[in-house]
Amino acid sequence: MSTEATTTGIKNARERRVRTGGVELCVAELGDATQPTVLLVHGYPDSKEVWTEVAERLADRFHVVLYDVRGHGRSTAPQPLRGGFTLEKLTDDFLAVADAVSPDKPVHLVGHDWGSVQAWEFVTVKRTEGRIASFTSMSGPSLDHFGHWIKKRMTRPTPRKVGQLLGQGAKSWYVYMLHTPVLPELAWRGPLGKQWPKILQRMEKVPAGDYPTSSLRSDAAHGAWLYRDNVRARMRRPRTDAYAHAPVQLITPSGDIFLSERLYDELELWAPDLVRRSIPAKHWVPRTRPDQLAAWITDFVTTNEDGIPAKDSVATGKHADRFGGQLVLVTGAGSGIGRATAFAFAEAGARVVAVDRDAESAARTAEMSRLVGAPEAWGETVDVSDEQAMEKLAEKVAEEYGIVDVLVNNAGIGLSGSFLDTSPEDWKKVLDVNLWGVIHGCRLFGKQMAERGQGGHIVNTASAAAYQPSKALPAYSTSKAAVLMLSECLRAELAGQGIGVSAICPGFVNTNITATTHFAGVDAEEEKRRQKKTSRLYGLRNYPPEKVADAILRAVVRNQAVVPVTPEARSAHLISRFMPRALRAIARLEPPL
Amino acid sequence: MTSAVAGELSAELRGFREVQTLAYECAEAVAAQLKPGVTEREAARMQREWLRERGVRDWFHLPFAWFGDRTAFVNFRIPLQFFPTNRRLEPGMPFILDMAPVHKGYTADIGYSGCLGLNPVHDKLLADLEAHRELLLREVRERRTLREIYEDVDRLMVRQGYANRHRAYPFGVIAHKVDRVKERRRSPHVFGFGTQSLKGLASDAIHGHRDGWSPLWSPYKFSDHPPRPGLWAVEPHLGFRGTGAKFEEILVVTDSKDPEQSAFWLDDDLPHVRRWAEERAAA
Ligand SMILES: NC(=O)c1ccc[n+]([C@@H]2O[C@H](COP(=O)([O-])OP(=O)(O)OC[C@H]3O[C@@H](n4cnc5c(N)ncnc54)[C@H](O)[C@@H]3O)[C@@H](O)[C@H]2O)c1
Repeated sequence: MSTEATTTGIKNARERRVRTGGVELCVAELGDATQPTVLLVHGYPDSKEVWTEVAERLADRFHVVLYDVRGHGRSTAPQPLRGGFTLEKLTDDFLAVADAVSPDKPVHLVGHDWGSVQAWEFVTVKRTEGRIASFTSMSGPSLDHFGHWIKKRMTRPTPRKVGQLLGQGAKSWYVYMLHTPVLPELAWRGPLGKQWPKILQRMEKVPAGDYPTSSLRSDAAHGAWLYRDNVRARMRRPRTDAYAHAPVQLITPSGDIFLSERLYDELELWAPDLVRRSIPAKHWVPRTRPDQLAAWITDFVTTNEDGIPAKDSVATGKHADRFGGQLVLVTGAGSGIGRATAFAFAEAGARVVAVDRDAESAARTAEMSRLVGAPEAWGETVDVSDEQAMEKLAEKVAEEYGIVDVLVNNAGIGLSGSFLDTSPEDWKKVLDVNLWGVIHGCRLFGKQMAERGQGGHIVNTASAAAYQPSKALPAYSTSKAAVLMLSECLRAELAGQGIGVSAICPGFVNTNITATTHFAGVDAEEEKRRQKKTSRLYGLRNYPPEKVADAILRAVVRNQAVVPVTPEARSAHLISRFMPRALRAIARLEPPL
Repeated sequence: MTSAVAGELSAELRGFREVQTLAYECAEAVAAQLKPGVTEREAARMQREWLRERGVRDWFHLPFAWFGDRTAFVNFRIPLQFFPTNRRLEPGMPFILDMAPVHKGYTADIGYSGCLGLNPVHDKLLADLEAHRELLLREVRERRTLREIYEDVDRLMVRQGYANRHRAYPFGVIAHKVDRVKERRRSPHVFGFGTQSLKGLASDAIHGHRDGWSPLWSPYKFSDHPPRPGLWAVEPHLGFRGTGAKFEEILVVTDSKDPEQSAFWLDDDLPHVRRWAEERAAA
């Protein structure tokens, strides 16, 4: 064994070679070796460089170790190739590396794709017990679990199970291809190898750069033996004792074209201490979502080192798998829909920035968010219509809290009264908050998201008034129609960057908005009376803002474009498409004030 | 007030105070015995037995017990859901004990909130109830209408980020009047409510209706009047995402011109009040 200078593509990596079972493995290390060891295992067709981005982010806190799997990158290949890539041999390699880099303490395993398939083997066989502290799996199931999954569906083939089988079967086309002799090797060494970087960029949105490395063609050719040496054998006779002996964190990219999410439905049976995460991304998450992966790995490893059971360390709210640890900024978070939305994200374990022009209520929302599950929450006092204040906010947030993963532009004010009664000042006020506030939010935080290049989501609170005309709400409805169209256009623009945009269109929701709505064209006393009256009417309708918040989280998870909430908003939305005349008739009705 | 009247009043109040103290003692005794696995029904029975052993024979209403998200009346649609169930207490769960015994002809109606072990959300709710106790007393002394006070309590809850859960009670009331009850040998109840007490409430409702007031303190028009002299069992109830907390105790309203004398809490030596004082001392 020897330590030599940096030769891998990873900055500041210390490299050494580890001999085991007739091969020599190329092992790279980063970070302080006295810290807990995180061992990253790459997949197919990759080399350890697939982890560069993630490794660099983890190196501040951990002793990060990566190695080229035998036959890949700068590790040597077994001779002969056939029979040289069995899971048993791969397990030998893992133990050799683990013993070399962390002889006294178990390591935290992280695997992607075939790296994860292997790691499942490591974490479920007896001889590694005590050597693995935790395992984070992405996009690579245990072949044994997979084998049982198929058997179960074949022996009791209900229509749904057959559907699931066919679904995964279609995603596994490349596995059959790789079982044909010689052809894959030829393809990889020929046209496929040449086109691969472009394919990754175009189909998988993997950013260009120093990846894939120059060893790609031989990696891919050798790696075909991973499939040939293991898949058929394990599918035919899956192990029945493949239980994980360490806590497992499962990260599932929802846009993975190679693996169906259904594969993991019954994983708790095999891995009792399981934490689930899901991420809207394609297969190559180590390249496309390094920030999120590094954050989840850090959390998982740290809680494990602190002796906290994995399951107790994550939030329990709805969609915690998706939003745990994410940074969510909500405007107008001091009341009503915004506050309920902040709480719902907090329960899902998100870190929350509660923005409101009312300082006290923003602070209160932040305080309560921490109580219900947000690991961190901050209140920020900003008027969303104030361009400079918003710019300052965006700078501060990026600097102190990070890049926002989910932005909810929700702050808004009501304005009622006929068009002819509405003064230019009234117009200005409502457009400044309801439209310009959204524009500033999208512009500033959307830009940060796009520049980071790791996806994100923007939610804008429009209203059913965006498509339901009304003679009582001309200015408000106009502002909301603009927000709706802005959202649709922005959605088109940002789709290519993995950033979703949703417009939420609630009907009548019982919040404070009725008590603060300005009624144009009436004196102060009459305005008070109308505010009271509308508040009582909305109170009777009693649709809770919490339900709008649920719809907002769902819209992000499903990346929905336009989401009418409340029955009246949904029917108006339908009518607007099929019977717009009916809506125009409703628009003429006198409101019951 | 002449001293004779004052004396008579204070004798009356002493009776009410004694039964209220007894009820809170019961709540604390039962709460101390709650363990993981105990059901709401068992907790209700423990309250009943504890008070029966101490001479209680009649009830304004039988004891209730709510555990977990039932403390916030999550998904309550019909009044029958208020009755104790087989829900079991778990570590960290909030609970509420609510009972209204009649003792020597005096009625109490109390609510006690606690939780089994650590629950920061519950602690916060309990602490935030203090502002409601102050607001209620202040506005009653100002002789604001019950409906307005109700709306102000509502607004304070919304500002705090909570939902008003007393709205879930029958008629959405935050308080109701209590009175002396004639002692009878038999004390039948209907749906958990003592018939004697219901009679009292009903007769108040009838008389009140004629004079433009109601023994129920609600958000509706019939509460659009200043507080009537008498004893009111007040029960602000906060809910927050599956956790609820309340207190319930008697507020005395008189027709005195002196604001201090015109309304006061029957007793300030109660578990929740002591808790606030302790927290303040610790801070
Ligand atoms: N309540 C409804 O029926 C309803 C229906 C459809 C759409 N909406 C929309 O939902 C959003 C939230 O409204 P709500 O019903 O929760 O109202 P709300 O009044 O309860 O809450 C709005 C919050 O936004 C804050 N805010 C207002 N102007 C601001 C500004 N310039 N900068 C920062 N914060 C500001 C307020 O202080 C308040 O805390 C609004 O955009 C509203 O138009 C509401």
